[in-house]
Amino acid sequence: MTDSSDLIICEYCDSVYQRPPLARNERAHCQRCNAVIERRPWLGLDQLLALNLTAGMLLAFVSFYPILSVQNQGRNNAASLADSVWALVDGPISAIAAVVGASLILVPALQVTLLTWLLSFAHFRQRAPGFRWSMRTLEVLRPWSMLEVFLLGALVSVVKLTGRVEAAPAAGLFALAALTLLMIGIAGRDLRLLWKQVP
Amino acid sequence: MTPPFADELNLRLCHRCKYACSLDRDRHRCSRCNALLHRRKPDAIARTWALLLAAFVFYVPANVLPILRTTALQHDSTTTILGSVVDLWQDGAWDIAVIIFVASVVVPVAKFLILAFLLVTVQRRSRGSCRERTQLYRGLELIGYWSMLDVFVVGLLAALVQFGVLGDIEPRLGILFFGLVVVLTMMATLTFDSRLIWDAVKDER
Ligand SMILES: [Zn+2]
Ligand SMILES: [Zn+2]
Repeated sequence: MTDSSDLIICEYCDSVYQRPPLARNERAHCQRCNAVIERRPWLGLDQLLALNLTAGMLLAFVSFYPILSVQNQGRNNAASLADSVWALVDGPISAIAAVVGASLILVPALQVTLLTWLLSFAHFRQRAPGFRWSMRTLEVLRPWSMLEVFLLGALVSVVKLTGRVEAAPAAGLFALAALTLLMIGIAGRDLRLLWKQVP
Repeated sequence: MTPPFADELNLRLCHRCKYACSLDRDRHRCSRCNALLHRRKPDAIARTWALLLAAFVFYVPANVLPILRTTALQHDSTTTILGSVVDLWQDGAWDIAVIIFVASVVVPVAKFLILAFLLVTVQRRSRGSCRERTQLYRGLELIGYWSMLDVFVVGLLAALVQFGVLGDIEPRLGILFFGLVVVLTMMATLTFDSRLIWDAVKDER
């Protein structure tokens, strides 16, 4: 019998395959259910680390710098990610502020922190302390980061406000767009290559 | 040639790191990440039904109660989710109206229907169109969190429009229920195990 690390099990239908040799950007699909079972990631670990550090800075920036600003009869107002969470804290709906704060700030911040930890050690070909726990946690966090939805929400808000007040995107909105793209690139399923590449 | 199922080779998939664990070697924990191994996600059907029903119950107040309150000078009004879609449509912003309608109405209702359909067919051990049903499940994973759109819009609007007597926007209780519906349906999707769809096929072999 072959070593089980040469085998892939489809997570959607439990079919077992021999790990296929893949060229860059190629993917293998499950014969039964058509799920992607394996793909060659397009970024190396050091590139991931660089993107991850950039994402960390962008996240700090959009958390506290304005994403949108509005003007009403000479008065100015602007809101960051943290302000949007804070606006939901008051009154009986504060539970939703926890959900929003988690999905927009806490989860992405944890993802970036854990990835920086793992990838910095991986840079020196080492397993970080807590490697297995961090990898498991990243897998649990993955569905709960919702920055891309917030980005669409910011665009929807601009349209909703036009006519009532003067609304304009601020620097944070462009940082948010960049951050969203980065997070999709670094926090996805491609992380699994860390298991193989760090002995 | 159809591939074998994991059970037939005495293998088990680790949910957390997706490693193919050999049951000859590791009985209970993944040898790579140390997570507990389960043949299928534990109590998947009962838990998914429970979360789905809870979400469905919350969906009523989410639609009936207002999600935000707007005050400006002498004008004071509250809006529900559907009300905000109608307002946008009448203001001529039909593109945004469609986006909100899809994210807040079409996606949650589709999630209820698809999950219920998957649960019922799994419980009846249906063997038809397994591939299509698995693809429906992957669709759920993809669209799930986009329903959070309205919650973020309300948060952002409330943070932005704070001009005292000149105009204020405040969140209202409806948005709490709506956010909980989204979280509960996401949890329901995560607790469901699409491999159950294939168990009926496997038992045939
Ligand atoms: Zn499959
Ligand atoms: Zn594992």
